[in-house]
Amino acid sequence: MEDRKQLNRNLAQMLKGGVIMDVVNAKEAKIAEQAGAVAVMALERVPSDIRRDGGVARMSDPAMIMEIQEAVSIPVMAKVRIGHFVEAQILEAISIDYIDESEVLTPADELHHINKHKFKVPFVCGANNLGEALRRIAEGACMMRTKGEAGTGNVVEAVRHMRAITSDIRRLKNMELEELMVYAKNTGSPFELVCQVAKEGKLPVVNFAAGGIATPADAALLMQLGSDGIFVGSGIFKSENPEKRAQAIVKATTAYQDPKVLAEVSSRIGKPMSGLDVSNMEETERLATRGW
Amino acid sequence: MKKTIGVLALQGGVAEHLQKIEAMGAQKKEVRFPSDLEGIDGIILPGGETTCIGKLLIENGLAEPLRKMLEEGLPVWGTCAGAILLAKEIDGKKNNSPIGLMDIGVKRNAYGKQLDSFIETIPSIPLISSQPISLIFIRAPRFVRLGKTVEPLVEISTAQGGREIVAAQKNNFLATAFHPELGNGTAFHEYFLHHFIR
Repeated sequence: MEDRKQLNRNLAQMLKGGVIMDVVNAKEAKIAEQAGAVAVMALERVPSDIRRDGGVARMSDPAMIMEIQEAVSIPVMAKVRIGHFVEAQILEAISIDYIDESEVLTPADELHHINKHKFKVPFVCGANNLGEALRRIAEGACMMRTKGEAGTGNVVEAVRHMRAITSDIRRLKNMELEELMVYAKNTGSPFELVCQVAKEGKLPVVNFAAGGIATPADAALLMQLGSDGIFVGSGIFKSENPEKRAQAIVKATTAYQDPKVLAEVSSRIGKPMSGLDVSNMEETERLATRGW
Repeated sequence: MKKTIGVLALQGGVAEHLQKIEAMGAQKKEVRFPSDLEGIDGIILPGGETTCIGKLLIENGLAEPLRKMLEEGLPVWGTCAGAILLAKEIDGKKNNSPIGLMDIGVKRNAYGKQLDSFIETIPSIPLISSQPISLIFIRAPRFVRLGKTVEPLVEISTAQGGREIVAAQKNNFLATAFHPELGNGTAFHEYFLHHFIR
């Protein structure tokens, strides 16, 4: 593997066991850093606001992202629209640490995702299942996350996606080569990566949970389901006490196996963001169906 | 008897160190709470995010007992963020770390952002590796000051044509700005096991 790709996968490894938080300005970025975030996602509107406002959601103003880069010493990530490789070029030009090619923004290309091999800067992408994760990795993604259903404060879709990925990895481990080919065909997964996952029993890159995580217990749930770390979008700064909630989710992510600690950190942290029921949501309102 | 090496398991590159410890046939132990410190012969502070690990060290009640054990001579090795936690001076400020026992000054993210992360391959390192070895620097810190009695261990060439120290040791303390747990082989882990833990 070329050096750059290895270094980019390695950075994601250093984020493991940590929480990456959405922030909309330098002040929030500092609160997130002080609370123990391992990185921040700089964006103009958190997913719940994007959902509420409607319209086209695009890459954030680079000047606003640079202010956040100035404010913190942890890595700064930012989102581009699916397929919008020029937005990615712009973020690379301002030396962003990680690009999220994200379904939370309005897709720019309904057929193609970005050829991420062309960039020096690393990409994280969302996936609903293992096949989708392997397609993104084949395109050059150095880190994966579940899509979940962003901006809902409802963890059900993130759980579905994480379980889909880990369950398929367990199945692959027991398959014969000819069965792996069938799996690759049926799921549209690159065969070489299917074989690699079957052999190693894990994804070749780090896989975080994202989309609807709102409480310390949500974070610990996804960690126990096999997530390497947690993205929290609207869940922190749309809650009653962002500072306390941020700290609590950080602690829950590291002590996810310890219910006593989870009880302690879940206590008296104010109201979570209000949530949305995903089951009666229109197909067009779902962000997780964007991209393939 | 097999030596037990603890790895501070709060956040970051924990699994990678545990795998190396296993690969060289030593006993591994994840350290999250003070009770986990019992029975370890040495401890590794892994890479990750310094602010996050530092905060959790204090909140889990680990900072004080760990500091005490290090002062009493427990072998410790800090990689990247772990090295920052060991330093007495961070970004020009003294006593800025919950550990802060090694007489070195470090500058965080001194090489720049992720685009400036790099791999440096050096031909060999006395006592550690007679083979060429790749050193992996991820948003790495720089050792900007070494105390008089701190011994430089590994140097690399800088872009400006100078040399700079990227690993140092003193008594029971070992600090590397790079990540041997991400590379091939167990040369640095063997060095820690055989020269520090013994």
